[in-house]
Amino acid sequence: MTTATADWREQIFDTLKAHDIRQVYYVPDAGHATLIEACQNANSMRAIVLTTEEEAMAGTLGAWLGGEKSVTLMQSSGVGNCINMLGLSKTLRYPMLMLITMRGDFGEMNPWQNSMGQATPKVLEATGCIVFSVERPEDVQPTVNAAANMAFEGNQAVAVLLRQKLIGAKSFGKK
Amino acid sequence: MTLHRRAVVRALMQNPTDDLLVIAGLGQCTWDITEAGDRPQNLPLWGGMGGAVMIGLGLALAQPDKRVLVITGDGDMLMGLGSLATVAAQRPANLVIVVLDNEKFGETGNQATHTAPVAGGPSDRGAGTDLAAVARGCGIADSTTVTQEADIAVLARDARTKSGPIFRNVKVLVETLPNTIVPPKDGAYLKDRFRQAVVGAA
Repeated sequence: MTTATADWREQIFDTLKAHDIRQVYYVPDAGHATLIEACQNANSMRAIVLTTEEEAMAGTLGAWLGGEKSVTLMQSSGVGNCINMLGLSKTLRYPMLMLITMRGDFGEMNPWQNSMGQATPKVLEATGCIVFSVERPEDVQPTVNAAANMAFEGNQAVAVLLRQKLIGAKSFGKK
Repeated sequence: MTLHRRAVVRALMQNPTDDLLVIAGLGQCTWDITEAGDRPQNLPLWGGMGGAVMIGLGLALAQPDKRVLVITGDGDMLMGLGSLATVAAQRPANLVIVVLDNEKFGETGNQATHTAPVAGGPSDRGAGTDLAAVARGCGIADSTTVTQEADIAVLARDARTKSGPIFRNVKVLVETLPNTIVPPKDGAYLKDRFRQAVVGAA
């Protein structure tokens, strides 16, 4: 259960469960590893590994047509793979909840991540998504909960960006 | 190739029960399923190229007691080849994928797709890509190619009853067809009528 001291990753899992999320689409990211494992082990959820992130937007539509809620877990670079599919939510007006771990953000050590990382919120907004950004652990649970409410009550695409100030930049061995 | 796509789709969709949920990939397939009989449990796509199989997967997982039939073209399938591996990882017993493979990008001037023969021509040729082999290689064991009129009845029966996931690549003629009935085009309307038919209001 969610407690004041629980890790924010556990709080995300509890929040997804509370919203009765049944399908979890993901391309792995280190920042989501704990959450992915929790979803794989949950009886009420099916964790669906993808070959590319854009599969999630179509899978999400199918799930919703069949009466199930889903979430997409991906890294910011994956958002670039999704652009055409992201627009489906605006066209068909169906819920799309996305939890995105950021790269190319605060303190990034791999410059190849920077261009897509910096473009991520702009791309999401350009395709009609509402975008929330979280930098502090105490803001994670309320933000994911609010995003889920807005997505599923409003037939809306909503993305939560888990910023590198929150998850930390990959160090590549450097202090 | 001798098969006519409309005849194949009519066979696949004849006497549909409410438990037959049909996703049609954008392009000619959207018109094909509408010509076979528009119904709430049809989702004719006008966009989202490459996504038809994944829509079918999400739906099949959400509705395991209903039959989900994805009918799409070779162009749409080629754009979403990875989704065949994603399907194989989930093994939905109620999902059937039928590709109507005319070896052409039919909406844009009939350019050769990768499924066309290599020997098709010096400038507009394919790669001889075998979609059934791709599907099998991705892990969908029950994947075959259909080329003969005599095999359509079996195709239609398998599509309704055989345990999936099933992949069928149906080689069809390149045809210019009369599109007399325009498929509904409003995405929100299509989504709402489909969802209401499957899970009721709300």
